[in-house]
Amino acid sequence: MIAFADLLERLLFTPGRNAKIALLRRYFSTQPDPDRGYGLAAVTGELSFAAAKPGLIRDLAAARTDPVLFGWSYDYVGDLAETVALMWPGGGGATPPAMSEVVEALHAAPKSDLPGIVAAWLDASDASVRIALLKLITGGLRVGASARLAKIALSEMAEGRIAPDEIEEVWHGLTPPYAALFAWIEGRGDKPDPEDAPVFRPPMLAHPLEASDLAGLDVAAFRAEWKWDGIRVQLVATKGGRRIYSRGADDVSAAFPEILDAMKFEGVLDGELLVIRDGVVAPFADLQQRLNRKTPGAGMLKDFPAGVRLYDILFDGAEDLRPLPFDERRLRLEQWYARVHPARMDLSDLVAFDALTDLSTIREGARAAAIEGLMLKRADSPYVPGRPKGLWWKWKRDPLTIDAVVMYAQRGHGKRSSYYSDYTFGLWRDDGAGNEELVPVGKAYSGITDQELAFLDRWVRNHTTARFGPVREVEKSLVLEIAFDAAQLSTRHKSGVALRFPRIARLRTDKPAAEADRLDTLLRHVATTPAEAAQ
Amino acid sequence: MTPHPESWLCVRPEGLFCRPGAFYVDPLRPVERAVVTHAHSDHARPGHGAVLASPETLALMRARMGEDRAGESQQALGWGAAITIGEVRVWLQPAGHVLGSAQVAMEWRGSRAVVSGDYKRRPDPTCAAFVPIPCDVFVTEATFGLPVFCHPSDAHEIDRLLASLSLFPERTHVIGCYSIGKCQRLIALLRRAGWNAPIFLHGALAAPCREYERLGVPLGDLRPATVADGESLKGAVVLAPPSAITERWARRLADPVVSLASGWMRVRQRAKSRGVELPLVISDHADWQELNDTIDEVGAPEVWVTHGNEEALIHAVGQRGIVGRALRLVGYGEEQDDVATTDR
Ligand SMILES: [Zn+2]
Ligand SMILES: [Zn+2]
Repeated sequence: MIAFADLLERLLFTPGRNAKIALLRRYFSTQPDPDRGYGLAAVTGELSFAAAKPGLIRDLAAARTDPVLFGWSYDYVGDLAETVALMWPGGGGATPPAMSEVVEALHAAPKSDLPGIVAAWLDASDASVRIALLKLITGGLRVGASARLAKIALSEMAEGRIAPDEIEEVWHGLTPPYAALFAWIEGRGDKPDPEDAPVFRPPMLAHPLEASDLAGLDVAAFRAEWKWDGIRVQLVATKGGRRIYSRGADDVSAAFPEILDAMKFEGVLDGELLVIRDGVVAPFADLQQRLNRKTPGAGMLKDFPAGVRLYDILFDGAEDLRPLPFDERRLRLEQWYARVHPARMDLSDLVAFDALTDLSTIREGARAAAIEGLMLKRADSPYVPGRPKGLWWKWKRDPLTIDAVVMYAQRGHGKRSSYYSDYTFGLWRDDGAGNEELVPVGKAYSGITDQELAFLDRWVRNHTTARFGPVREVEKSLVLEIAFDAAQLSTRHKSGVALRFPRIARLRTDKPAAEADRLDTLLRHVATTPAEAAQ
Repeated sequence: MTPHPESWLCVRPEGLFCRPGAFYVDPLRPVERAVVTHAHSDHARPGHGAVLASPETLALMRARMGEDRAGESQQALGWGAAITIGEVRVWLQPAGHVLGSAQVAMEWRGSRAVVSGDYKRRPDPTCAAFVPIPCDVFVTEATFGLPVFCHPSDAHEIDRLLASLSLFPERTHVIGCYSIGKCQRLIALLRRAGWNAPIFLHGALAAPCREYERLGVPLGDLRPATVADGESLKGAVVLAPPSAITERWARRLADPVVSLASGWMRVRQRAKSRGVELPLVISDHADWQELNDTIDEVGAPEVWVTHGNEEALIHAVGQRGIVGRALRLVGYGEEQDDVATTDR
């Protein structure tokens, strides 16, 4: 457990991606089986224990510590597991349990035995191990590294013989402690065969189409589709089970039971998850409501019905269609859809066009809330995992812009943690008493050059009027031109409107704050047109 | 009957006042007569008339604030040598906090009070170890006065630093530490662990290190950290004041591992909110257990707490029949606050 606790601690504090990979790789290559396999499961979120709950930890703390001191300590630390770990009396000196011992005991031990087992572990461990133990038990393990990073670290361990995507393809057919996986990584065994398991297939991704790419584009070789503003999903149904994966290989099945229910077929399909009411796509904010829930209630399912707009087929039954050109796959998709006709799914139509000018007009006209622009896919392109150049393009419509006033600033993350790089901006409105007031409408942290960032950072430091934790309130005197993809009504925002993908387009140091835009102007951009109208 | 300490020691706006001796201990504002426990800026303030302190504290005060501001007249007092001020017998014993840091022992008509200043109980190669003095009232700090604070051993933390240096040999490890005490202790601990390479210093740390060496604490090969030359600092250890490690200055180092050596690093959220990648729990203050053990060791029936998390400590000693009292002296602990609450 010592090495795992150390890994967790370093991952939590390490902002850099490469440093995280280095830490993971060192852990996997220095720890024995099956400990490292359970460590991998913990990092990738594959571990959970039904019998152990936070209440167990509260009871243990109550038995071992002064309640008054515990209360003050909890107030101070702000995290139950950490408080108990830090103030647990004595500890250390003995040998803490191995990772495998902990995982196996938590799975197998009867609930009534757990308090005694856990207390003995805590007695034998130092604070760092105690935190790891308690976080593992309560399921509060936020490791600060994605499952993808763990797979990249494993790929690096294989020294180039195995790509991260190859690991991805077998991943969901494996279970902790992954002995076969490590054997393959270390060249001691064959690639594990997932057989009928509903495994994830790394998706094919598109490049953004820039103005400079347009000239060289042989438009006739491409097909066009709408770019929907939902989340990309992969539907996998095999004899071994059904799964809904996000683009990043997260299993989101539990959040969308109605889709899972409708997957009465065998195959792998690629499409966009959307909230669809009577065939009309709802704004992204509606889908966000669903994404916020791990498991939706009945009301949620009724009010925010999910659907999938399909645009590709990877497997029909066991037949791998990925080597086929796009046009043939599209034909197979249409045939498959006509045959299976699954509930809650429809096809994303091809958009007809004759020439580039035609496409530009169509793209500019795509102002509906649920459409971000166009996808261009080469008619002869096979389905290639990753982001191959020149086969698929995403061509977002030009953004809308507003001039807004910076109200608050916050330090960024990772590389930008020493800069005030996240800005809350606002627009003017009448405060009801005849005065103008600023109301925050969004937050932006991208779109600027390093030079502009340095300027803004300095400006924020020199114009701070108040501090709230990590947030600085600033003088309301700097205008930013904010670009965004769409504006949607939102009850969760004070201004009543939420922006999609706000980013900083320009610094408007030339513009007085009083001349920034008013909230009314933004409200006129709110998309009221249903998505379907775009066609 | 000996007088109760409350009859001759009191809190005034200027700080803790010893009436029969007409002097203050670590006064927060300029006063006629001051006894100073140690050279940190929250305890040793400029502009007093007469200042009494250990020779090392006086030297560090002069180095920090300049000859003319470290007291109009200065009197150095060696360990254990007693003098009389007014009607009060006064002597100093080491507090183990930083070089020259002292506890102030005072005796009047058979009643004895000891003011600890800041103190720690761990061995520190750069200063004399804490000496417990039995007394009637013990005036203690409580910076880490919560049971969550239990400092691991220095060796454990230095091992973590060395492990990180070997895992990331291309990256500069920049460690935030106070300019007086923590900085030199870190250097000495690294030297003991076999780190003989040059250690690079932010400009603010150079003068205190020179003063430590002049006072007989060898620190090895120290060099100025010129960030413009970031490439040459790859894999090096750079020490800087806590406020500098996430500022522009540190950004120019080669892919820095930002570290901070402080007892506050025990709490993860504290470390995280400071943008620290490698928190090192190395403290110049007593931890919870050590505060309680020290109080039991000096055997005082009454404990006054100057600053820190006083209510928890008073609660804990109360359960052992010791009377606790919070002095609520506002102004101490600001050096710690720099770590704890910057950006709050
Ligand atoms: Zn101090
Ligand atoms: Zn202090």
